[in-house]
Amino acid sequence: MSDYNFAYLDEPTKKMIRRAILKGLAVPGYQVPFASREMPMPYGWGTGGVQVTAACLTPEDTLKVIDQGSDDTTNAVSIRSFFAKVAGVATTTRTAEASVIQTRHRIPETPLRSDQVLVYQVPIPEPLRFLEPRETETRRMHALEEYGLMHVKLYEDIARHGAIATSYAYPALVNGRHVFDPSPIPRFDNPRLESPAIQLFGAGREQRIYALPPFTSVQSLDFDDHPFEASKADGACALCGATHTYLDEIVADDQGTRRFQCSDTDYCMERRA
Amino acid sequence: MNALAAGFANPPQESARAFRAAMQAMACPGTIQNITGPEVPGLSPAAALLLLTLTDGTTPVLLTGDAAQSQDWLTFHTGAPKAGSAAEAAFAVGRWDDLGPLNPYPVGTPDYPDRSATLIVEMAEISGDGPRLTGPGIETEVQMSLPDADALRLNAALYPLGVDLFLTCGSRLAALPRSTRIAEDG
Repeated sequence: MSDYNFAYLDEPTKKMIRRAILKGLAVPGYQVPFASREMPMPYGWGTGGVQVTAACLTPEDTLKVIDQGSDDTTNAVSIRSFFAKVAGVATTTRTAEASVIQTRHRIPETPLRSDQVLVYQVPIPEPLRFLEPRETETRRMHALEEYGLMHVKLYEDIARHGAIATSYAYPALVNGRHVFDPSPIPRFDNPRLESPAIQLFGAGREQRIYALPPFTSVQSLDFDDHPFEASKADGACALCGATHTYLDEIVADDQGTRRFQCSDTDYCMERRA
Repeated sequence: MNALAAGFANPPQESARAFRAAMQAMACPGTIQNITGPEVPGLSPAAALLLLTLTDGTTPVLLTGDAAQSQDWLTFHTGAPKAGSAAEAAFAVGRWDDLGPLNPYPVGTPDYPDRSATLIVEMAEISGDGPRLTGPGIETEVQMSLPDADALRLNAALYPLGVDLFLTCGSRLAALPRSTRIAEDG
């Protein structure tokens, strides 16, 4: 028995977040404003994701939390133990055993199922923010479906670097209508945004919630002559030998020797088990 | 004087389970969720459960037809204000004919499409016998009985504006968000 209300948040707050999630699911990719609360962790540590998780967690859920694919970083461990304490839910590091997965910047390598919910922590939800700082203007641009500026940005990448250099938080068109920011996941993960699982995005500091229902069309923005490419480091995991997973590059010793390793630690361990 | 029907015995846990069913329904149009809801005069258990889970003092609710019998129950358990008209409603509950035409309900604004009404439509039955549906949440296509396919097709044409529907029948719950495209035939 915990001294906290189930899943920490008070019931009126959960109702408000739940209504935002439902509207987000009804208009996939549209950022629904919500009255984000202060959480017992700093902004930038996943307060948006934590609030969304708190609003959809049930006592029967099994929770997994990952940070850049890893189950054992500070952020992942502390959020997992937070919910174990305030909601009393079971936790796991195995993707297949989880019913709710909160993630910072990765989609698990193991394909998700329709009975799973993936909750993303989002720092900047607005894909147009670095192109247009005014919220009033970006809101208008979404209303008018005015996304030319984003294509100019991608074109300038090509003009300068010969290829689209955006490698994470790669913008995509959702349901043929809203350009959205898939949070800073590597663009390697973009094709897997079309998933059987419900995907929810929470930005605490920016006070926005958005969602992708299962099987929603998500087209990464590109050009006919420069098609989207889901890129990754050219190498194999030093531990499990995988060449099809997203790899982290790690400096192994003082001589600067580098090696690659699966970013999804659970997937890598299962391959070696 | 009649005693009011009960609400949740254990609000945090029960509303969490109810919301997950509602979220699953809204995320996957055409699927039907079976839930356990309270027995409230004038409401189906599914509609009563949605109201307990989603409404509060900030959401004007319009109860139409038989559902109006539950006004005191709703006010007591949620504090939701009574909407004076369809145009003020955040939520509206009742049979399709009692809810009236969709036009007056808020459909959101171009800048804020989320500021739209959610209709909880009490159905005589919900089945897979109806028009073909495609769109977000649907892998290929599904069929579901709808109260009025023509009116709902016009609603879907407003996308990203429009109202969102929950369909309720006894303890069965389904949803039709504005994003669902409704085929013309059958």
